[in-house]
Amino acid sequence: MLHSSRRDFLAAAAATAAALAPLGADAAKIVKGVFGNGDRPLVAFPQKRPLMVLTPRPPQLETPFEVFDDGVLTPNDAFFVRWHLAGIPTSVDGAKHRIKVGGLVDHPLLLSLADLKKYEAVEVVAVNQCSGNSRGFFTPRVAGGEWQNGAMGNARWTGARLQDILAKAGVQASAKQVQFHGLDGPVFPETPAFRKSLDIGMATSNPDIVVAYEMNGEPLPLLNGYPVRLIVPGWFATYWVKMLTDITVLDHVDDNFWMKTAYRIPATPNANVAPTDKGYATIPINRMPVRSFITNLKDGASLKAGNHVIRGIAFDGGSGIRAVQCSTDGGTSWTNTLLEADYGPYSFRRWHTFVTAQAGTQMTFACRAQAGDGSMQVATPIWNASGYQRSSIESYKVSVS
Amino acid sequence: MTISKTIAALAVAGALIALAAATPAQKMTAKSSAVVSISLPGDLGFAFKPGPGSNLANSLCLSCHSQAYVATQPPFSKTVWTAEVAKMRNVYGAKIADDQIGPLADYLTTNYGTP
Repeated sequence: MLHSSRRDFLAAAAATAAALAPLGADAAKIVKGVFGNGDRPLVAFPQKRPLMVLTPRPPQLETPFEVFDDGVLTPNDAFFVRWHLAGIPTSVDGAKHRIKVGGLVDHPLLLSLADLKKYEAVEVVAVNQCSGNSRGFFTPRVAGGEWQNGAMGNARWTGARLQDILAKAGVQASAKQVQFHGLDGPVFPETPAFRKSLDIGMATSNPDIVVAYEMNGEPLPLLNGYPVRLIVPGWFATYWVKMLTDITVLDHVDDNFWMKTAYRIPATPNANVAPTDKGYATIPINRMPVRSFITNLKDGASLKAGNHVIRGIAFDGGSGIRAVQCSTDGGTSWTNTLLEADYGPYSFRRWHTFVTAQAGTQMTFACRAQAGDGSMQVATPIWNASGYQRSSIESYKVSVS
Repeated sequence: MTISKTIAALAVAGALIALAAATPAQKMTAKSSAVVSISLPGDLGFAFKPGPGSNLANSLCLSCHSQAYVATQPPFSKTVWTAEVAKMRNVYGAKIADDQIGPLADYLTTNYGTP
């Protein structure tokens, strides 16, 4: 009966879809909203299965949550999509693509895909999560991309280590940060181009940061950054620059708009402030806090009385998952779940547990994860003005019949 | 062999079905092994509600993004919509004149906000 709730997940509601936008008969399916203005039409973009359209231009596409119940790796055609600026190339020749490594280096490089493949190839399974994943659940609501929980995915990335590329280029002693830029650009020249930077110490010492040319063993879909994308395991997706063209070593801390003004969080515990707070310091968003979800139950679903397997996922910013607990009474009591195969500290970790549901009752399921670094999810949701890094305990009310 | 042939046949049939079902949004062509070309579906019919000020929204907002950027937001107050319009101009370089900020914020508040 768990599966019936999954079927319900994709509610076909042609009337509402028509009110939302005249998409035509082939696009009448929508995923019903779980917050105001939250209905999302399901549309197949190129190289993608039907995904939840947050905005079509530039494309922002959310993965329907049921996908996360299918397996530990998120298929490329189901992987979420998020672009900032509408100037996205719609044709990219991987054979002609070049990555320029410059700035404060002794030996500037111009790398083709073939050059990149001469470096030792490494694989890392890592979660790519939008900084604003789950923004629509912020209370009070905030402006921005109003995602449910599906602006994330977990893939096996293959490529060359950033540190190997930087070592070959020879980073100079006065380097402070490394800036990344891709093929995408703004409509107006006045709009700040999308550039992101990492501290030089992290870029040269973290062997898991990869310039990736494969995603789950295939070339990346164009909308996920074909032909190469920066992979920063454990960190939010804003740093995972798509269609990478420039790796530039800087002698200063990057002060471009996307580092200095945008994608900043309060420098407070768990990036949490009150809506009335003012004047607090901010820092660039960085590592992901620990999160977990149940993947085969939906809030508000019904469950047949009897024995059930409850499944889910957990992940954090790179210390791995130590434990996941499940509650059936809204968080009063907790039981350890069984962790499934370990794909490394940056991956989704699947878990499951066994639950007996009594007829005629209401159950409030919840899950909470503890990361390898000891951090644990808390019940109270955070708030910040940009709607970043929501990570509180998720709960799922179900009626048992 | 029989099984693999069957799988191959099913795969071909599946590919044909997928081609037949492809909408313009789904077309993807590979000119050579390394060239990936797609065509994006445009705005999928997302459009500003008609009414006073919709001409401003159509001419000033749609140059950079679809109407869905507005329609998916919570129903903001005029104060918040005014701040959003100002941000589009001051931060992102939208070509919005001083005397257009008020009327555009009015339109957004009336149609996508809480007056």
